[in-house]
Amino acid sequence: MDLSIAGILALDGLTNGAVYALLALATVLLFAVTRVIFIPQGEFVAFGALTLALLQAGKVPGTVWFLLALAIAAAVSDVYNGVRHHQPAARIGKQVLRTLGVPVVVSLIALWAAPRGFPLVVQALLTLALVTPFGTLIYRLAYEKLADASVLVLLIVSVGVHFALVGLGLYFFGAEGFRNPSFWSERFSAGPLTLNGQTVIIFAASLALIVLLWLYFEKTLSGKALRATAVNRLGARLMGISSNHAGRLAFTMAAFIGALSGLLIGPTTTIFYDSGFIIGLKGFVAAVFAGLSSYPLALVGALAVGLLESFGSFWASAFKEVIVFSSILPVLLWRSLRDPHGEEH
Amino acid sequence: MKFTRTLVTAAVTLLAAGAALADINIGVSLSLTGPGSGLGIPMQNQFKLFPKEIAGEKVNLIVLDDASDPGKGVSNARRFVTEDKVDLIIGSSLTPVAGAMTPVATEAKTVQLAASPVGGDSPWLFRLPQGNDVMAYAMVEHMKKQKVKSIGFLGYTDAYGELWLKAITPLAEKAGMKIVAAERFARTDTSVTPQALKLVSSNPDAILVVASGSGAAMPQMALTERGYKGKIYQTHAAATADLMRIGGKAVEGTYVVSGPAMVGHQLPDGHPSKKAAIDFFTSYEKNFGPPNQFAGHSYDAAIALNKAVPIALKKGKPGTPEFRAGLREAFETMGRTVFAHGVMNWTKDDHWGYTNETGVMLKVADGKFVVEK
Repeated sequence: MDLSIAGILALDGLTNGAVYALLALATVLLFAVTRVIFIPQGEFVAFGALTLALLQAGKVPGTVWFLLALAIAAAVSDVYNGVRHHQPAARIGKQVLRTLGVPVVVSLIALWAAPRGFPLVVQALLTLALVTPFGTLIYRLAYEKLADASVLVLLIVSVGVHFALVGLGLYFFGAEGFRNPSFWSERFSAGPLTLNGQTVIIFAASLALIVLLWLYFEKTLSGKALRATAVNRLGARLMGISSNHAGRLAFTMAAFIGALSGLLIGPTTTIFYDSGFIIGLKGFVAAVFAGLSSYPLALVGALAVGLLESFGSFWASAFKEVIVFSSILPVLLWRSLRDPHGEEH
Repeated sequence: MKFTRTLVTAAVTLLAAGAALADINIGVSLSLTGPGSGLGIPMQNQFKLFPKEIAGEKVNLIVLDDASDPGKGVSNARRFVTEDKVDLIIGSSLTPVAGAMTPVATEAKTVQLAASPVGGDSPWLFRLPQGNDVMAYAMVEHMKKQKVKSIGFLGYTDAYGELWLKAITPLAEKAGMKIVAAERFARTDTSVTPQALKLVSSNPDAILVVASGSGAAMPQMALTERGYKGKIYQTHAAATADLMRIGGKAVEGTYVVSGPAMVGHQLPDGHPSKKAAIDFFTSYEKNFGPPNQFAGHSYDAAIALNKAVPIALKKGKPGTPEFRAGLREAFETMGRTVFAHGVMNWTKDDHWGYTNETGVMLKVADGKFVVEK
C-alpha cells in the first residue's frame, strides 16, 4: 500500500463515515430524548432513497399510501382519546385536522407530481416531505403509549417496527435495488484522488446538519427543551415541557435525517429495500462508541467506523463486517470499566 | 324425493371423482422476502402458470416463503413432509436455504428439486439450475479464446461466491490461468472501492464478478471507476436486465454466462432448447414482464414433472411412499430431456445433469445481451 491508495481508502471511508455520522446523531438524539434504541433508523434511509428512485421512474411510491394509512390511524386514535377524555368536539376536530393536515397535503402533492417528472431537486424535496412525517406518526402509534416503559420494552418494540418496515419496504419497492442519479456529477482530480460532486455534497450536507443541530440545541428554546427532557424527563415535565411533544419532535428530526442520508447515499451505491438495516447498524455502532449520549463522540465514532470499514475491506475483505462489528467490543469494555453501570434511569 | 336423489347422485359423483383424482401435492419453498427475494419472486410468478393437471392427476402447489433464511427453509420442509405429506419438494431459490432443506427431504425419502446449485450427494436431491462448474466451463473456454492469463475474483461473501470460486479455480488452473486476487463483498455494502482498488492494483487480464441481480452492477461500477480496463465477467445470476438498468454505460462490454432460457430468440436454429426457451420467455413476458434465469427453473420443473409423473404413476398412487420412490427413479431413468435451460440428463450417478455445452456466453452491447458466437 502506498500513499495514494491510502488516500483513496481514507476518502472512501470518510464519505461513508459522514453518512454513518448522521445516523449516529439521530440514534443518540432519539435515545437521549425518548430512551428508544431506534433500530429502524436505517429504514428511513432506504425509504428515502427508494421513494426518490420511484419518483424518478414516474411512479407513485407505496410510501404515499403508507403515509396516508398511518395518518388516518393516528387520527382515529386522536378521536378515541378525545372521546374517552370527554373533550369538546371542536377540540377533537382541531386535533384530527392537525394530525391529518401535513400528510394528506404532501400525499396529494406527491400523487399529482409523480407522473410529471419534475427536476431531481424538486423530487428530492418531495421525498423529504414524504418520509419526514413518518417519524412523528411511528412514534405516536408505536411508542407514545409506552413512553414510560423500560428501555428493554422500547427496544423490543423497535425490533417489531424494524421488521414491519422492512416487509413493507419489499412490498412498496420490490426486491431489486435502485441507484439514483447524482445531484452533482462534476469531478475534481487531485493527484490520484478523484472527488466527485456527490462526495462533496455528502460532506457539505453532513457538516451543515451537524452545525444546525448544534445551533438548535444551544440557541433555541425548543432545542433547550429537548435537552432538558433528555437530562430528566420528570423534571422537564414539571417545568411545563411536554415529553410527548419532545418525543414527536425528536422522531421527526430522526426521520428527516434518515431520509436525507438516503438521498445522499442513493447515487453512490445500489440501495435495496433492506439495505437500511446494515447502514443503520453501523450508525448504531458509532452511537454506542459515544455511549448513546455524546454528539461529538458519535461523529468521531462514525468516521472511525467508516475508516475501519474501508481499510478492513482492503486488507481482509472477507472479514470486513467481523472487523467493524467486533470493534464495538473494546469500546464496550472501556465504557464499562470507566463508569461501572448503575441502575438505568 | 327428487331432491334427495340429486343429492345422492352428486355425492356419488364427488366420491368417484375424488377417488380418481388422488392429488399430487408439491411443496414449494421460495425466498419471497429477504435478500433472495429477487430470485424467488420471479419463480413464484412462473409457478402461477404451472399445469393444474399432470397425467390426469390434479396438482396442488403449496407455496411457502422461507424469507431467505435456512432455518425457515428447514421448518418449511418439515411442514411439507409431516403435515402436507407432499410427493415432491421444490426449492429453495437460494443455495444456503436449499442446502439446509436437503437432510429433511432425504430423511422423508422425498425428492427435492433444488432451484439453486446446491452441493451434497443425497440420492433424493436433484438440481434444476446448471452446476457452477458447467457454467464455469463455458466461461473458461471463452477466456481461453480471449487469451486471458490472470483472473481477479470479486464475489459475495456467501455460499454462491465461494462455490463459484471453487468451481472456477481448478478449471482455470488446467487452462493455464492464475487467480491472482480474491476479494469478497456483501450485497448490502455501500462501497466496494477498497476491494476494487486491490484488484486493479494486481492488474489481472480479467475480473470475475460473482453477484446476482441488481447487486451485480455496483462492484463492476467500482472497478470501472478505478480505471480498470481489462475484461469483466459476470455469472448467470447476473444475467438479468437489472445489470443494465443499474449499471448503464459502466457494464457495456461485460461478458455474462447464462443458460439458454434467457436468450431463446438469439440461439441458432439447431439449438435443442430454442423452442422451450422462446416459449418460456414469451409466456412469462406476456404475464409478468421480463423474466430472469430463476423463472426458467420453475418452467423446467413443469417439464420434468410432465415426463416423470406418468412413469412414477406405474409404481403407486400419489401420496404413497411408492409414488415418491417412483418419482426419484423416473428422474434418474427418464433420460435426455430438453429444458428451457439446456439439455438435462439426470442419471443415477449424476443429479446435476447438464452437459458442458449448456452455458451460453453473452456480451452486453448497447444495453442488451448479445450471444457471443
